[in-house]
Amino acid sequence: MGQIEQLAKGVLQGNRRSIAKTITLIENNEPEAQKIVSMLFQKTGKAHVIGVTGPTGSGKSTLIEKMIRELRKRGKTVGVVAVDPTSPFTGGAFLGDRVRMQEHSTDEGVFIRSMANRNAPGGLAKATKDVIRVLDASGKDIVIVETVGAGQSEVEIVKVAHTIVVVLAPGLGDDIQAIKAGIMEIGDIFAVNKADRQNANKAISDIQAMLEMNTEKTGWKPSVLKITALTGEGIAELLAIIKEHKQYLKMGALEANRKEKAETELSEAIKQKIAESIIEDLKRKGEWEKITEKILTREIDPYSAADMLLKKKKRN
Amino acid sequence: MEALIGMFDERELQKIKKERQRWETTKVPNWTERHPERKNEFSTLSGISTKRLYTPENVKRLDYLKDLGFPGEHPFTRGLHATMYRGRLWTMRQFSGFGTAEQTNQRFKYLLKEGETGLSIAFDYPTIMGYDSDQSMATGEVGQCGVAVSSLKDMETLFDGIPLDKVSTSMTINGPAAMLLAMYVAIGDRQGVPREKLDGTTQNDNLKEFFAQKLCIFPPKPALKLSTDIIEYCARHLPSWNPISISGYHIREAGSNAVQELAFTLADGIAYVESTLERGLKVDEFAPRLSFFFASHNDFFEEIAKFRAARRLWAKIIKERFNAQNPRSLWMRMHVQTSGCTLTAQQPTNNIMRVAFQSLAAVLGGTQSLHTNSFDEALALPCEDAVRVALRTQQIIAYESGVTDTIDPLGGSYYVECLTNEMEERAMRYIDRIDAMGGVASAIESGFFQKEIADSAYKYQKEIELKQRTLVGVNDYTVEKDWVPVELLRVHPKVEEEQVARLQKMKKERDNRKVKEVLDKLHDEADKDRNLMPTIIEAVKAYVTIGEITDVLRAVFGEYRELIVV
Amino acid sequence: MIVQRKIRVLIAKPGLDSHDRGAKIVARALRDAGMEVIYTGLRQTPEQIVETALQEDVDVIGLSILSGAHTTLFPKIMKSLKGKGMSDVLVFAGGIIPQEDVLALKKIGIKEIFGPGTPTGVLVEFVQENARKKE
Repeated sequence: MGQIEQLAKGVLQGNRRSIAKTITLIENNEPEAQKIVSMLFQKTGKAHVIGVTGPTGSGKSTLIEKMIRELRKRGKTVGVVAVDPTSPFTGGAFLGDRVRMQEHSTDEGVFIRSMANRNAPGGLAKATKDVIRVLDASGKDIVIVETVGAGQSEVEIVKVAHTIVVVLAPGLGDDIQAIKAGIMEIGDIFAVNKADRQNANKAISDIQAMLEMNTEKTGWKPSVLKITALTGEGIAELLAIIKEHKQYLKMGALEANRKEKAETELSEAIKQKIAESIIEDLKRKGEWEKITEKILTREIDPYSAADMLLKKKKRN
Repeated sequence: MEALIGMFDERELQKIKKERQRWETTKVPNWTERHPERKNEFSTLSGISTKRLYTPENVKRLDYLKDLGFPGEHPFTRGLHATMYRGRLWTMRQFSGFGTAEQTNQRFKYLLKEGETGLSIAFDYPTIMGYDSDQSMATGEVGQCGVAVSSLKDMETLFDGIPLDKVSTSMTINGPAAMLLAMYVAIGDRQGVPREKLDGTTQNDNLKEFFAQKLCIFPPKPALKLSTDIIEYCARHLPSWNPISISGYHIREAGSNAVQELAFTLADGIAYVESTLERGLKVDEFAPRLSFFFASHNDFFEEIAKFRAARRLWAKIIKERFNAQNPRSLWMRMHVQTSGCTLTAQQPTNNIMRVAFQSLAAVLGGTQSLHTNSFDEALALPCEDAVRVALRTQQIIAYESGVTDTIDPLGGSYYVECLTNEMEERAMRYIDRIDAMGGVASAIESGFFQKEIADSAYKYQKEIELKQRTLVGVNDYTVEKDWVPVELLRVHPKVEEEQVARLQKMKKERDNRKVKEVLDKLHDEADKDRNLMPTIIEAVKAYVTIGEITDVLRAVFGEYRELIVV
Repeated sequence: MIVQRKIRVLIAKPGLDSHDRGAKIVARALRDAGMEVIYTGLRQTPEQIVETALQEDVDVIGLSILSGAHTTLFPKIMKSLKGKGMSDVLVFAGGIIPQEDVLALKKIGIKEIFGPGTPTGVLVEFVQENARKKE
């Protein structure tokens, strides 16, 4: 059995080493990654994927730790993907989210992986989707994806989740109003953490007001609830609402959602493959260099260059 | 009629200014053309710009009576007591502890014989984190960084032959402070020493653990409650005991600069005063027994200025912010330890000089109590020979240098007074910022202290690596073959074995019914948010262990996981 | 899209030692050198460290300890790594580790011990040159 087959088999058996190695291949965008994901694809689609996002300091990691604890009590297996930003200057990243979850690192029923977004525009969402698939195929009932939700690409990742929980904490220095509009639009559940604070109630009414204004969203009415991640208060309620949302999705919205996602992913994959193959071809023939030179000397603009190259390709 | 500003005549100041400008624009450039200065800019370790020369101009607003005053009187800048070291030297209190209680008892006796005048206990990591020597988290750690104390039995051995009415004891313990204090009380009871006479300190500063020393067991709210329990209990029942040592040392060691050390310590102090006032006590009932703990680092004059500014600033805060009436409430009594992180593994004998200068700064800064590090600090726990050298350092300053014969000899130095003002101002700005954030608890949650400290630590590291600061023996003046003139202390692994055996024997022989009874009571009291000291005293007398007590508290209060800021 | 490989480093604090100033500085330096650094936080058991290294598929593990407990904890960690087939992971250590222990630690597979005063540049270079190569 080849290495790829072995890894795929290992993933399906829930072997942690295989899962870890496969995730690395995906992160690095190795060609083997795609092959393994293809092998696993049939076995995916079972896990419920929960996206947890919110500003730094809102208590996401603490919340996730409590969620893991509760889910494990209920006999569920959990995968966690914690995403942090890559420094645009150094290309490095500090991944500290799992600190809060370390108690669960030796639990066989939990798999935690830290990912840096590696500044890949649009590429991160793809990688995360595949990582989720691996955890799904390995048998995890729930997969939690944690992101900061500040940048555009982070908002994209959260779109790979079935249920999106936005965690906010009052008095963080940002007014609720200042929270990126993008996050407010995609949230299915809004958890106001540190509910013991004075301004927690104001935060809740602020969020509810903002949600009222958003009349476009049909179907699921976003929930708002108070939690205290530190003590675990409100976690049971949160999990109950997540379950409700899962039920709601099952009744049809999930199908439409999944179809849309499948179409998006297919067209993305096609675009990527075609672009890759054309560019590889041009590079091999030495034409890539020639064209980029011409763009630099402003002999031709990038769009006309692309047109020209495609016409040439069609002719050949 | 001459116009006066502060202590100086306005006309004289103008004359001085004129002459200084002449000197700066002619004499100095003449000289620096041929002999350039060593650097383009000079600054203290905390980044305060250091001038070439200080004159009366730099302290022209100094009001002697208001800003300096007299020793023993508000604002205490020049000294806490009227006669300072002419009357009584600082306490020479060497932080000690390793291996078994018996080994540490011997080290205590050795140091007392060699002239130390106060005891200070270093506990091992399991004890500090509320684990017994036989719990799994203690494996490999028993007796390594301090003495292993799991129960009253160990404490009894630790103080064997040491009468508690003849010594004062400082205990560096935070989360489990109540338990160790309870044990000390139990021993005092046994020796027949009246509780009002028990003299010593429990560090008990749980706030700084969250961003500096990191020995957190419980989350912030219960941690603060436990600290306040002890302050309250001592105010009512142990009048000679210092319930808390509000610490800047660990903040400094974690990487902060002197200004941050001062500011964050005083901010913590404010938080403790506020939490104790919430219990219904009046400030004058407990403030006199609040004590402080600072580092003494390398920048000689900055450290002296820091100590003086600390006294003045705290006195102002207690008086103005908390409206204290008792003059003793304004006292900032401090213990100082020379800075461990400045000592090097390379050419360890160099550390003797570092410690000497750092201790001199602490003395010139007017400390009440001093620990000097041993020169093998960066290599191991202090061996006997090294700790003796450290103690002698203090004794030589005390008896040979002459600096103890007058009070605050640097008072009036243009530089030192200017720096003292600067330290106070900068610290106050931080305190205002922390207030604006909602106080220490909010600042901890948002990671404010952690970020400030991590940034200062990184900055200092970069300065060393880029050779902007010389670290003798490390980035300059290095040697190929190093010289360590002593045999380094090692704690034998048998210590753990023996300690575990002893502990398990004790657990079998004690009244386990009583143990369960009192642990249930403790759980109940903790649930009801009562002051836990009385029950903990009862528990330790029944030989309930530290781990057992902490486990109950962990169950009630939860455990803490830190917020990482790098 | 191109293949992009990063050196992934786990910085771990085994045992009860709470001094993290150095560990954080090293983490920062490695990040500034373009690596992905996972930090475990304080008070990790050998099992937690090895499991984390496994799940994160790290190329390097840096162990920071100043408490003297390395004589007990490091052998446990190295044994566990071997048992999980992770002997190809580069392991280095730092903190307060007596010179006389260094040889024994190298024998169990710790590639290098870096004492106090080691410039971060030296560490970065060491990791870059010795990190397990991904084919």
